[in-house]
Amino acid sequence: MREITYLEAVREAMVQEMRVNNDVFLMGEDIGIYGGPFGLTKGMIEEFGPERVRNTPISESALTGSAVGAALMGMRPIVELQFSDFITVAMDNIVNQAAKIRYMFGGKGKVPIVVRTPSGSGVGFAAQHSQSLEAWFTHVPGLKVVQPSTPYDAKGLFRAAIEDDNPVLFYEHKLLYGLKGEVPEESYSIPLGKADVKREGSDITIVATSIMVQRALEAAKLLEAQGISVEVVDPRTLFPLDEETIVNSVKKTGRVIVVYEAVKRGGFGAEIASLIAESEAFDYLDAPIIRLGGAAVPIPYNTILEQKAVPQIDDIVKAAQSILNKVTV
Amino acid sequence: MEKTVKSTLSNKEEMLELLHQMQVIRTFEEQVEKLFQAGEIGGTMHLCIGQEASAVGACSVLERKDKIITTHRGHGHSIAKGMDIGRMMAELLGRATGYCHGKGGSMHIADLDVGHLGANGIVGAGLPIATGAALASKMKDLGYVVVCFFGDGATNEGAFHEALNLASIWDLPVVFICENNQYGMSGSVKEMINIEHIATRATSYGIPGKLIDGNDIIQVMETVQEAVERARRGEGPTLIEAETYRWRGHSRSDARKYRTREEEAFWRKNRDPIALFKNKLIVEEIITEEDFAQLVEQVQKEVNDAVEFARNSPMPSIDSLENDVYA
Ligand SMILES: Cc1ncc(C[n+]2csc(CCOP(=O)(O)OP(=O)(O)O)c2C)c(N)n1
Repeated sequence: MREITYLEAVREAMVQEMRVNNDVFLMGEDIGIYGGPFGLTKGMIEEFGPERVRNTPISESALTGSAVGAALMGMRPIVELQFSDFITVAMDNIVNQAAKIRYMFGGKGKVPIVVRTPSGSGVGFAAQHSQSLEAWFTHVPGLKVVQPSTPYDAKGLFRAAIEDDNPVLFYEHKLLYGLKGEVPEESYSIPLGKADVKREGSDITIVATSIMVQRALEAAKLLEAQGISVEVVDPRTLFPLDEETIVNSVKKTGRVIVVYEAVKRGGFGAEIASLIAESEAFDYLDAPIIRLGGAAVPIPYNTILEQKAVPQIDDIVKAAQSILNKVTV
Repeated sequence: MEKTVKSTLSNKEEMLELLHQMQVIRTFEEQVEKLFQAGEIGGTMHLCIGQEASAVGACSVLERKDKIITTHRGHGHSIAKGMDIGRMMAELLGRATGYCHGKGGSMHIADLDVGHLGANGIVGAGLPIATGAALASKMKDLGYVVVCFFGDGATNEGAFHEALNLASIWDLPVVFICENNQYGMSGSVKEMINIEHIATRATSYGIPGKLIDGNDIIQVMETVQEAVERARRGEGPTLIEAETYRWRGHSRSDARKYRTREEEAFWRKNRDPIALFKNKLIVEEIITEEDFAQLVEQVQKEVNDAVEFARNSPMPSIDSLENDVYA
């Protein structure tokens, strides 16, 4: 099968959906001829014109709020926020409006918007352009949160996000944009709420999200050379969350490490760890659950410190070695 | 308009210093561009080459106790407010000796000691902060004025409108300077704003709005001086729109497809703020072409020294990762 990048996969999903559904349109800053800060929407304005690929002023609040209004009236807007950090400027529209309207209206109306946005650190953009804030939104009933880790998943999950009648936050990772992988040319959909076992193994389960899936797979290769068999589970969507796949994997291996880039404290890893502790998998645990997450610091500019701030392959390898030495009483 | 003292060309030394500062900004940024292309500077960078007059003109009428706030495109303002280019360069190279110990970088550079309250990576975010800094000055009778720089694009953010309104109803000592360089990232003011001049937005908040040639340093000085004096008298904020042009792309990888090469050439050729000022000083017989050539050479040395200092500075220690999260 042909290989394309993660970035191309997202674009292809948008293009294919826009071709078949005239209600789907794009809004964002510099998404036209400029193609967005990462070039993701390049060529789209040429195909669909400025009505459906709408270049907006720098107005995240009005932009997201107007997507909510358009969606309520039957459109399916895709909003690009140039960096996921800017979501804070659009917070009211996402948290108080998009997430709650349907419920507050007694089940009337729906808000099918997709907010897609690059997140994460690793390119030296410092504290206001590198955050991983996705966990915040899992705390808000009414929102769905997607975090693809491969080109294949990105394309299929994007279609599902567009087809979903709820507001969906679609988190892309800057460092994944260049990642190549096999992606079918035809349109397909991956259901939200379905995890993927990215690698099978028997000694340890690593539940990882976004870029950490790739790091966990690299770590698994190194660990395999040391005779340690690692299973890597990628939830792909933080909400809806596929608890069953996670629980089944932990029952099989008896050991689990949760790895994510966001600040560990108060993060989504705690959610996964407690769901395991509350499930039947608890009885199968041979060691305490380990969470690996970002340090509780804003992302620093200096690249050495930046790397130190979030889990790297080596940290995952060390955590795996240490969990094998720990035994529950 | 009230005539101000500062704006005469008669003070030779002062005029030379202004020209010097503009040249430092340009050479500093040309050097930053080279270091970026060579991979010595990571992340991204936003250059203000072509906009030097508004930074230098505005800061020249401020006292040290006065404050400024800037944006992602803030190298010029930082230099004009008196920051050391060695420590700035060190920050861009991520060194421990940099103004933010390598943690902030270009987009977050700040130096409270010279009254620089920070660059900002969030478009429009500086305006309410400037308003608050001005509020503190008023509440504690500290006598300083805050000058807040931002771009044309920022005036479409809610923060712009909310900050101007607040500063107006509270009569705060703040001067809002919009450097209208004609483009946000790719969105031109013509496409993104349906009025001819941003300065007229001041009307909505009941404050003075002034439109000036931002590439004419004397005009910038006169207008900012007047606004600063008004602020000091407790009469409240002013919105100044300084028309200018950014010569380079928005940031590192900008093919500049949204504008023509002819337009760029026009501004470079006819509206270069440094050439305009230099020529004025030559006509007034304050300097000669030879003096200017010497100045350029001297500035290049200063910038080279800054690079040397930065290169010879240590990286921050790994242990410093968790420092300074809390006071
Ligand atoms: C809230 C927010 N939205 C978008 C961006 C991305 N961005 C950075 S600079 C910029 C353009 C800003 O234009 P303007 O305010 O005119 O300033 P200029 O770059 O021209 O100096 C954009 C869109 C951002 N940093 N913050």
